[in-house]
Amino acid sequence: MTTNPILEIRNLHKHYGDVEVLKGVDCSMQRGDVVCVIGSSGSGKTTMLRCINMLEEFSDGSIRIDGEDIGYELRDGRRQRKSEKEVARQRALTGMAFQQFNLFPHMSAAENVMLGLVKVKKMTRDEARAVAEKWLDRVGLLSRRDHYPGQLSGGQQQRVAIARAIAMSPRLMLFDEVTSALDPELVNEVLVVIQDLAREGMTMLLVTHEMRFAFEVSTRVIFMNQGRIGEEGDPKEMFLRPKSERLAEFLKNSSFH
Amino acid sequence: MDFSFAQFLHELWIARVPLLQGVGITIASAALAIVAGTVLGVFVGLALTYGAAPLRLPMRGYTDFIRGTPVLVLVLASYYILGTAGIQLGPFQAGVLALAVFCSSHVGEIVRGALQAIHKGQIEAAKAIGLTFSQTFVSVLMPQAIRQILPTWVNTAAEMVKASTLLSIIGVGDLLLASQEVISRTFMNMPFYLFAGFLYFAINFGIERFGRFVERKTHIPS
Repeated sequence: MTTNPILEIRNLHKHYGDVEVLKGVDCSMQRGDVVCVIGSSGSGKTTMLRCINMLEEFSDGSIRIDGEDIGYELRDGRRQRKSEKEVARQRALTGMAFQQFNLFPHMSAAENVMLGLVKVKKMTRDEARAVAEKWLDRVGLLSRRDHYPGQLSGGQQQRVAIARAIAMSPRLMLFDEVTSALDPELVNEVLVVIQDLAREGMTMLLVTHEMRFAFEVSTRVIFMNQGRIGEEGDPKEMFLRPKSERLAEFLKNSSFH
Repeated sequence: MDFSFAQFLHELWIARVPLLQGVGITIASAALAIVAGTVLGVFVGLALTYGAAPLRLPMRGYTDFIRGTPVLVLVLASYYILGTAGIQLGPFQAGVLALAVFCSSHVGEIVRGALQAIHKGQIEAAKAIGLTFSQTFVSVLMPQAIRQILPTWVNTAAEMVKASTLLSIIGVGDLLLASQEVISRTFMNMPFYLFAGFLYFAINFGIERFGRFVERKTHIPS
């Protein structure tokens, strides 16, 4: 190991009642990595992503960001959940873009981006506005800064949502199937934004069904299968010469050719 | 009995001070009850929506019990039962307390309905940028809930103004009691009840306009 990993997941377990969704996932990322997680639905890829920022509680194992344990700590030899305030602070270490965008409908595009800057980063409104405008410009929507989500197309909403997450300067960006809810002709404008961010060295973990995109953009691909990492490695290797039967079958059934 | 309009105006002028005091007490008791009941009701709604079972279940019992009880019974209970329990409140205080409690159970249900209608992705998005729950509530949930709540809340507020007439029974000199006192002196039933009715309407019309005004102010462009 050369440098400390930005993300280190060890033996991650998660179950809903009797159903075990994650059965021991180990994974780590270095700064600047762009990792795509692929796999069929129900394989646990979204759940794993959501555990990283504690949108899901997990039952066992550990997640570390820059060496800091997320969500839980050992106190008197017992695993205990950290305080709500501490968890909120840790959530801001990562940024997340959602499948359904989840913009705040009662705020303009600029206000959506500014909210976290003002409330969490404690910037003044003027500082926050400047940062928001910089990032809205980056995703090509500066002219729409005063528009409300209901006045924007799906692709535009998703770009605002990405700007909102990135403006918080997270150490790691999480993308949860960000193009799945978009009309086909709007997918590309969002992928272009993500691709630019990747090129600039942003550390990103993406759950995606866009195989072509995963193939071209990622530095590494993780194939999840039934709550475990089925296969992981260089995208070219994996897509062109899958080692496992499962992955070969998955690739054959998905849109990648 | 037959009275001329001029006579009515004459009696009205004589009774202007007690009637105005009555209007003042009606507005004060209803306004205090609405404000206190709304503040309390927001917490009740929060507990009903997001509270853990040890908090949520007693609150559920509280709202169901209060909503199932006639306001008059609450007013009498608050005046007489609290009195025997050693908490001696004046009629005005007891009446406002009863109305506020009644209001809180209704507002609690309205708030719960509005909060549950908000997509859970909103909370997740707020969490993801690092907001605490109270920040999420203030900046994300409440502004969206208010738009849902407003029309029903205006109804509840108007109900409170009407329910405040029940305070006359425990001797609070509200508009109704003041009107009745004038009537018992002048025997002018019709004009003074009509006049009281008109004033109640005017107060509620004001509340309704205020509701519309806030609705316009909080409209989300789309």
